[in-house]
Amino acid sequence: MIRALPLAAIVPLVAAAVSAVSPSVAVRRLIAAVALAVTGGIGILVLRETAGGDVLVTEIGGFPPPFAIAFAADTFAALMLVVFAVVPGLCLTFAALRGHDDVPRAHAGALGLVGASAGATLTADLFNLFVWIEVLLLASYVLITLGATPRRVRTGTIYVATNLLGSTVFLSGVALVYATAGTVNLGALRGAAAASGAVAVGATLVVVALAVKSSLVPVHAWLPRTYPDAPTWVTALFSGTLTKVGIVALFRVVTVVFDGEPVIGAPLLLIAGLTMVIGVVGAVGRTSMRSILSFHMVSQMGYLVMALGIGTVGGLTAGVFFLVQYIGVKTALFLVAGTVESDEGSDDLDQLGGLVHRRPALAGVFLLSAFALVGVPPLSGFVAKFGLLRAAFDDGAYAIGATAVAVSFLTLLSMVKIWNAAFWGSSPEEPTPGASRPWLFVPAAVLALATLAIGIAAQPLWRIAERAAAGLVDVAAYAGAVAP
Amino acid sequence: MSAVAVVVGILAAGGAFLVLQRGVVRVALGFVLLGHAANVLLLASGGLRNRGVPIVGASQDPGDPLPQAFVLTAIVIGFGMTAFLLALAFRAGELFGVDDTEGESRDEDEDDGGPSEGGSERGAAADADAEGSAVEDA
Repeated sequence: MIRALPLAAIVPLVAAAVSAVSPSVAVRRLIAAVALAVTGGIGILVLRETAGGDVLVTEIGGFPPPFAIAFAADTFAALMLVVFAVVPGLCLTFAALRGHDDVPRAHAGALGLVGASAGATLTADLFNLFVWIEVLLLASYVLITLGATPRRVRTGTIYVATNLLGSTVFLSGVALVYATAGTVNLGALRGAAAASGAVAVGATLVVVALAVKSSLVPVHAWLPRTYPDAPTWVTALFSGTLTKVGIVALFRVVTVVFDGEPVIGAPLLLIAGLTMVIGVVGAVGRTSMRSILSFHMVSQMGYLVMALGIGTVGGLTAGVFFLVQYIGVKTALFLVAGTVESDEGSDDLDQLGGLVHRRPALAGVFLLSAFALVGVPPLSGFVAKFGLLRAAFDDGAYAIGATAVAVSFLTLLSMVKIWNAAFWGSSPEEPTPGASRPWLFVPAAVLALATLAIGIAAQPLWRIAERAAAGLVDVAAYAGAVAP
Repeated sequence: MSAVAVVVGILAAGGAFLVLQRGVVRVALGFVLLGHAANVLLLASGGLRNRGVPIVGASQDPGDPLPQAFVLTAIVIGFGMTAFLLALAFRAGELFGVDDTEGESRDEDEDDGGPSEGGSERGAAADADAEGSAVEDA
């Protein structure tokens, strides 16, 4: 089993290469399905094997630790592996139903994204993390400029330039960490930044670079400008994998390298608060569904950083739970926007109306997902936010707790705005023919029902999140397994 | 060692200057310089005194092979990324007839405020206008 760990990353990458040269769409779909099943299957197996708090480690190339590049999986990594296989599967299903996946290299890009996400989640080496993130970005560059239309070339340039800058900062951070600590192995780096200010400088550069990738304020502006212009299924895919890899890496690097150093809590909470507020306020002024949802993505990133800033087992449990349910909810919302765009020819709120009469099932899916995003009981978002607030108040972080509550109300405002403009009211005067793809909402419905299930029966996922958080707070097991 | 620091500083300063220019090709060249700054920094992180062959027993002062492997990887990745950015610049030149990021700054002007403050989303008509004027400028 341990030997199979790298396959979670390698199989999708090889499949991406094969998929890029296979001529038929049917073959490409089959390849993608098999590769995603392998990654997800490995994730489920690892999840079972790490249930007792064990950390699975495999040293690639057979070098002794800490010289080998290690792949390590604890409960947190295993859980993310499953998510990074399921969500792209649903996004590709949507693309197939929509008829958007017959462009060359669509599957190759998506599989590259999955393989690199798995690699970045599993690696226990800072430089290797840099390489995986570059592979991830290269796949995303291909996807965001699919078709190379004028708008996509323009936003693609912003996207590529921002991420190149982030990567350069990351590389400089790795160089400084190696120069001061003498290793880039995460296990050997345990607590290094807490022990030495020089290492902390390099590690902070790495954290800043990861903040660019996960679009935290004040380095967030690229995301709301570029995501809405990608094909709809690509936006959904990015929201479920790309930006979340940044936050997963942030969780790992901050918890291991800073190892509970309390000094980092306050700036993280400040960034969390600013990210929440600026994201949600930015969304208020937007007038297309995907544009509003993209700004909300920034806002919700704040909640995840808040969990990291609190840093207790309770906070990180809620954070991991929030991350998993939020990926489902947000992807569902983007897929609803994609369905609306497919049926009505646009997801611009000015040109929509009365969808609840014509597409009641779609309206139901939107309502479930939107309430889950806001955090209305009994949906999954409520459990996640309740856990976060309780951890914040237990920790005495009242300001960030109050901010989180206020931002939830503003989130509701944006969701009501979409509901009123697109679903409620009267239909546009000349209704578009539309509704030619009646099953297009199914992937979104699957995710929405999953969030309902996670909300009502929260215990199983909450237990897994607790185990993951325990491994993140007490990193002795992780560090000991990676660098004995 | 301090000479290396000066080199890194000059490369980073030149790169930052070029990245802030408007032409996409200049931005790409800026990233080449910034990437080199990071690469030299990475090379220096292993220590610059020891320059022997990094094989045990082959020399008195074996160099640190790890940063060299890092730099090699980073150079290859940087090369690929630069090629992609230049391909985008080429495509933009084909589409808009001008190598200029001005289109983006126009976008912001029409947005009633920067992206962080929000503002109204441009419709398709405004988009067509922006493209039209970008071509006119050429």
